[in-house]
Amino acid sequence: MNKISTRSAYGEALAEIGSDERIVVLDADLQCCTRTEKFAALYPDRAFNVGIAEANMVGMAAGLAACGKTVFVNSFAMFTAGRAFEQIRNSLAYPQLNVKVIGTHAGVTVGKDGATHQCLEDLAAMRAIPGMTVLSPCDANETKLVTRAIAQFDGPCFMRLGRLEVDQCTNLLPGYKFVFGKAAQLTDGDDVAVIATGLMVQEAMKAEAILREQGIRATVLDIHCVKPLDTEAVLAAARRCGCIVTAEEANILGGLGSAVAETVCEACPVPVLRVGIRDEFGRSGDPLALMELYHITASDIVEKAKAAVEMKRA
Amino acid sequence: MGNAFSDRDAAQAKLAAARIRRSALEMVYRATSGHLGGSFSLCEILSVLYFYELRIDPVRPDWPDRDRLVLSKGHCTPALYSALALRGFFPVEDLSQFRDIRYHMSGHAEMRHVRGVDMSTGSLGQGISAAVGMALAGKLDKKDYRVYAILGDGEIQEGQVWEAAMAAGNFGLDNLCAVVDNNNIQIDGTIEEIMSPYPIDKKFEDFGWNVLCCDGHDVKAVHAALEAAKTCAGKPTVIVAKTVKGKGVSFMENDCAWHGNDPDAAQYALAAAELDAALAACEKEAERCE
Repeated sequence: MNKISTRSAYGEALAEIGSDERIVVLDADLQCCTRTEKFAALYPDRAFNVGIAEANMVGMAAGLAACGKTVFVNSFAMFTAGRAFEQIRNSLAYPQLNVKVIGTHAGVTVGKDGATHQCLEDLAAMRAIPGMTVLSPCDANETKLVTRAIAQFDGPCFMRLGRLEVDQCTNLLPGYKFVFGKAAQLTDGDDVAVIATGLMVQEAMKAEAILREQGIRATVLDIHCVKPLDTEAVLAAARRCGCIVTAEEANILGGLGSAVAETVCEACPVPVLRVGIRDEFGRSGDPLALMELYHITASDIVEKAKAAVEMKRA
Repeated sequence: MGNAFSDRDAAQAKLAAARIRRSALEMVYRATSGHLGGSFSLCEILSVLYFYELRIDPVRPDWPDRDRLVLSKGHCTPALYSALALRGFFPVEDLSQFRDIRYHMSGHAEMRHVRGVDMSTGSLGQGISAAVGMALAGKLDKKDYRVYAILGDGEIQEGQVWEAAMAAGNFGLDNLCAVVDNNNIQIDGTIEEIMSPYPIDKKFEDFGWNVLCCDGHDVKAVHAALEAAKTCAGKPTVIVAKTVKGKGVSFMENDCAWHGNDPDAAQYALAAAELDAALAACEKEAERCE
């Protein structure tokens, strides 16, 4: 099947739900990149390009939401979660306004544009805001489901999306069931739990197959909602497997790995090994080569899984 | 409403401003914290807006067709909350909850907890963007409500203000009216000493705004400017209102120390005496105009 980026799937989903008159879409000169151009072509009266001015874009979204609109604000994750962090905190999250903040081009797989555009801190920054819902779907199917779901719930949220075209995954798994906010268990195993988000879910599935060949059975949890975390599913996996590997295309400080570690250490302490960017900036390069360079591939998950199993046995 | 603003209206507006000012002092003294200087410079502007200009209904603070007011200089809640209480959005006695840990009447404007507040503000530069969004929503919904935003003159040093000004000009939001409370003072000194935003009028003009100037303590002039703003089609209007920080209390006027300090008992007594005298004079004038 064709590879599709989560940003493209989002753009399609937004166009599909766009007949809802409450929806207003704001962009900061990146309609072509955030893929909101389809919505803008269909509903030009409700799509506004505010120019390269993200702080004002988020503030305008607050005012539109205060007047009953469901607002999607769009830019690269670096410029929504990053540049407009304080506007998101004070103008959206604190007054609990119905604005969906979209951060595309997250992670190192932005590729050759390099470190300034590869946001690695968005999960940590958005998680740190009280009451904020933080979403990170893995593939086209899940992105469409999440987009529809966030359009329906009343409140602020952040959704992390990628530029890279990625394998379709969840639509090919017969057992996949989407429940908004809940982890999806993709495989069944007792030896190690691999808890992943974003495009690392696909890597986790590849890792699971490799581990299976080596006699290690993994439970893979697909986390599309990093906050609030499905703690029930995480703790069940911790109890069942006794060790965990987390996988995310973000700084290991403050993201999914931190959320999982925080959860298990308070209720069911087991080894948690984190796959992610190890507190450094990205750089220019081919996306897949960058994943290898920063050790966020299936083989890195396999290594960490074996180490986690060893720790459990020790 | 309309253009008529009689001597009687002016006397009543002055009286309401004097009551807002006296109430703001009480709130800050009781809370032992809060922003008096910038609240005092706003009293006439808020009085004219809340008692004569805004299409609002205190019984229905969520009325979809109401005019909106965003206090972008969100620290001046002593004046805003007093105006809302005096206008009937909530009991005047509730103002004693200001900055009290037991309640939710926080130091900066709170839309979720204080009836009549249209936008939570406090972090400078953000309220004007929300006002632009509200005005855009009004255009989208083909509603005839107006949106007002009150900015500090120090606040307009924030870059986001000019992002918002550019957007409002570009979108031609003639249902938006900003008021710059030009009291010339910010925390650390005068605005020219710190970082001059002058000429304020020309800057807004260059971003495509209709610009009006007035004496922000002259209720007739404020009213006239707000009315004139309504007649400008295709452009947002900004009213640069010349004001005095700390207006009404002799030892607070034009002194940046009174941006965020609260008075001690002796200072409170002096300030209360001055404001009580001014209030009594306004009451007399209002009676005379009946």
